[in-house]
Amino acid sequence: MTKEEFTPPAQREERVHRAQVRFSGGAWSWVIKIVLLGGFDALMVLGLLAAVAKASWVIVAVIAIGTLAVNLIYLPPNRELPGKYLAPGVAFMLIFSVSVMLYTVYVGFTNYGDGHNGSKADAVLAIQQNNQARVPDSATYKAAVATKNGGGDELWLIVVDPKTGQARAGNNDTPLQDASGVTTSSLGAITGADGYTVLDFAAVSARSSEVSKLAVPLSDKGADGFLHTTTGSQAYVYRSTMTYDEKADTFTDTAGTVYRDSGQGSFVSSEGRTIQPGWKVNVGFSNFTAAITNSQVRGPFLKVLVWTFVFAIGSVVSCFALGLILALIFNDSRLRGRRWFRLVMILPYAFPATMMTMVWSGLFNQDFGFINQVLLGGLQVPWLNDGTWAKVAILVVNLWLGFPYQFLVATGALQSLPDDVNEAAEVDGASGWSAFWYIKFPLLMVSLAPLLISTFAFNFNNFNLIYMLTRGGPRFTDTSLDVGSTDILISMVYKVAFGDQGRQYGLGSAFAILIFIIVGVISWIGFRQTRALEDIN
Amino acid sequence: MWVDSDRAPVLKSVAAQFKKDVGVTVNLVVKDNSKIVPDFITQVPTGKGPDAIICAHDRLGTLVKNGVVAPLELGDTTDQYQDIAIKAFTYQDKIYGVPYSTENLALIRNTKLAPSAVTSWDAMIAAGRKSGAKYPVLVGMDSVQAASPYNLYPFQASFNAPVFKIGADGAYDGTTLGMGDAAGASFATWLAAQQKAKTLNINISNDIAKTSFVSGQSPFFISGPWNLADIKAKNIPYAIEAIPAAGPQAATPFVGVQGFAMSSKSKNTVATQKLIVEYIGNADIQYKLFEAGQRPPANKEAFEKAKSDKDVAAYGAVGAKGVPMPAVPAMDSVWTDWGNAEAAILSGKSADPAAAWQKMVTGLQAKIK
Repeated sequence: MTKEEFTPPAQREERVHRAQVRFSGGAWSWVIKIVLLGGFDALMVLGLLAAVAKASWVIVAVIAIGTLAVNLIYLPPNRELPGKYLAPGVAFMLIFSVSVMLYTVYVGFTNYGDGHNGSKADAVLAIQQNNQARVPDSATYKAAVATKNGGGDELWLIVVDPKTGQARAGNNDTPLQDASGVTTSSLGAITGADGYTVLDFAAVSARSSEVSKLAVPLSDKGADGFLHTTTGSQAYVYRSTMTYDEKADTFTDTAGTVYRDSGQGSFVSSEGRTIQPGWKVNVGFSNFTAAITNSQVRGPFLKVLVWTFVFAIGSVVSCFALGLILALIFNDSRLRGRRWFRLVMILPYAFPATMMTMVWSGLFNQDFGFINQVLLGGLQVPWLNDGTWAKVAILVVNLWLGFPYQFLVATGALQSLPDDVNEAAEVDGASGWSAFWYIKFPLLMVSLAPLLISTFAFNFNNFNLIYMLTRGGPRFTDTSLDVGSTDILISMVYKVAFGDQGRQYGLGSAFAILIFIIVGVISWIGFRQTRALEDIN
Repeated sequence: MWVDSDRAPVLKSVAAQFKKDVGVTVNLVVKDNSKIVPDFITQVPTGKGPDAIICAHDRLGTLVKNGVVAPLELGDTTDQYQDIAIKAFTYQDKIYGVPYSTENLALIRNTKLAPSAVTSWDAMIAAGRKSGAKYPVLVGMDSVQAASPYNLYPFQASFNAPVFKIGADGAYDGTTLGMGDAAGASFATWLAAQQKAKTLNINISNDIAKTSFVSGQSPFFISGPWNLADIKAKNIPYAIEAIPAAGPQAATPFVGVQGFAMSSKSKNTVATQKLIVEYIGNADIQYKLFEAGQRPPANKEAFEKAKSDKDVAAYGAVGAKGVPMPAVPAMDSVWTDWGNAEAAILSGKSADPAAAWQKMVTGLQAKIK
């Protein structure tokens, strides 16, 4: 206890004040502060303008509040001192951690994934594009994109009828009508017509989106089809096989079937036929309930959940046990050359785990692998081809990868135990096993238990090992999900969200949230338990 | 435009020519081949994606399902491409890409170990055993305990068990599987027999297969052109031939077609279409792309020119009789279930292979509906 802690409040305040004057005065620090803050504010205003231009009001609010907060914290001198230190950390946490989590939660409540990829407007546009077909065997029209003299900026299409040689012109609202005075270049491209100004390629290219929307009806009857150009120099006759009614928000195909917005992010007919693509919508809790109610998802999800716990707990226990035993052995001063042994022991820790896992995958090959061929003398153990053996293989490899870390921390903890503990035990008549089990081990656990919890959390999400060694296989045969006997939750999430079987970001995010909750709860319980251990000290 | 590193140098010169001719600058972004399609699907809806990408045709169904590619109008140039290439890039009656190369499996025969060509699976196995090599034939399996339906497909096809039923128009009917029934059962039985006879081995990965072939441990190897460089490097005398049939019909491999597709949200549709239809479709440029990638060109004229290379001619001849790999989105889920059923049979775990096979087909059929 030092004297200063008893300084009366008045004196203390005065000292603080003196320190503030000493450390935060100075014209230079003011200039630097103003310049930095000014630059920051300028950047934020730029961002604000961009967000306003795109009408993203949430972003506008976030930037405005954030900028205001930063100015309030940093501008006034000698105030908000803790805030000045905390602000950058908090900002980065919000940007890189909290926002990602919020987005995951948001996606977990949508049907985002293959087939529901973008906005409804995009989907409607794509359906329209995909359902206009060139009339089979129809002729190619020579074409040019033009503007009408005195007709403003609107685009017109000039074509030469391949049958009659007659020049015609029209636009989106005007069916083809005869045109005259068409001139062509030596290559046969249309270069001009009476009353029209033909656009050159650069101009056509610059107005691509308008050109792609240019659909000139052949006649007053829509069924005759329309002329459409893709390159600006040739046009073809198209017919729509699917028409969109903007007011009713429905699609109708040539057979008269009406497709309505199902509310689930796609257009569906009364018989249940769906038009692709769909779009992204909020689907409430259905991703979460699927994990419980959908029999295709529930079975594998539960099996994977159980194996995840078995794997994580098994890995922690086996690695810790082996690491601790080795640490005890090599901590014995009677052992010669223990420094070298220790060095060898931590070697697996020094190799990149991902590479080593792939090497192990080769070692476990049933016919060609080193383990069956050499170690087991040609025995045919189906290491990776059988669900149970694959689980054993995973635990073996993770033991190899994981014990050096436990060995290291256990060695460190053992060496930090005071020698008088041992002596006291000997005096009390405890020796060997009971000295270890009743005295050393509880003391070790005080410092090691939190590490074991973090090891558990790490293994719970040990994606690399599973994916590199078995890819989760061998696969379950009773489900349509691409999930197998050795999949843990995180590799299952990966396969659902990014796997080969169509990507379902919504379902994947929902699983990710469930994992977050599970790991969070376990860690919380674990840390509460370790507090009990701390009482030993 | 997103392209992969192999094709980038050729496309750079195409872009320069395009700039000179029409005054539009093409911005080429080199990306990892496997990232192109997934990134394209996520970025197009945000309006930030490229105008065009290079992609394999079997991803077409997924691209269309996500509404990120626009149909292209090849107009009268359609005839300039090999039929199979156009068929591959046609999805729901519309062409979504300009094809530029094809690739497929064929039989590579070590002419020293097996001096004469073989016409049937049994003849091949007999010749393989007679040669005294370690393996009568090498068919690589995918790594990590899955069979390779792609490598085994030619044999399956020879039993007349295509993945999807082929409609009258020659296109796949993506809703009806064709590999069930008696034909599928006989293929499954055949697979089980090969497992017993140890001619096919689930534990031979693609890498092990290649290594074994280049070290002369087998006279026969079912492989695509991607392994030729290694085979040549080891001076193995080889011939490229049609895959011998195991069933009553010809053993037709899948043909994969590479091409260029346009974004449905492209803001430069006119220039993009001109570039990929008129420039990349051009025979000279297709030949240049062939020189860079050594895959048979999709453009007929360029293919004739590339035929002077006998490997290309041989692979092209085998491929011309093949079928395009199905592009329906359902295919993604078919691959894994299909490979798993084959793996179960090839590891001897199925007591009744025909029943196991039918179970897989029934399950898949329910899934793709």
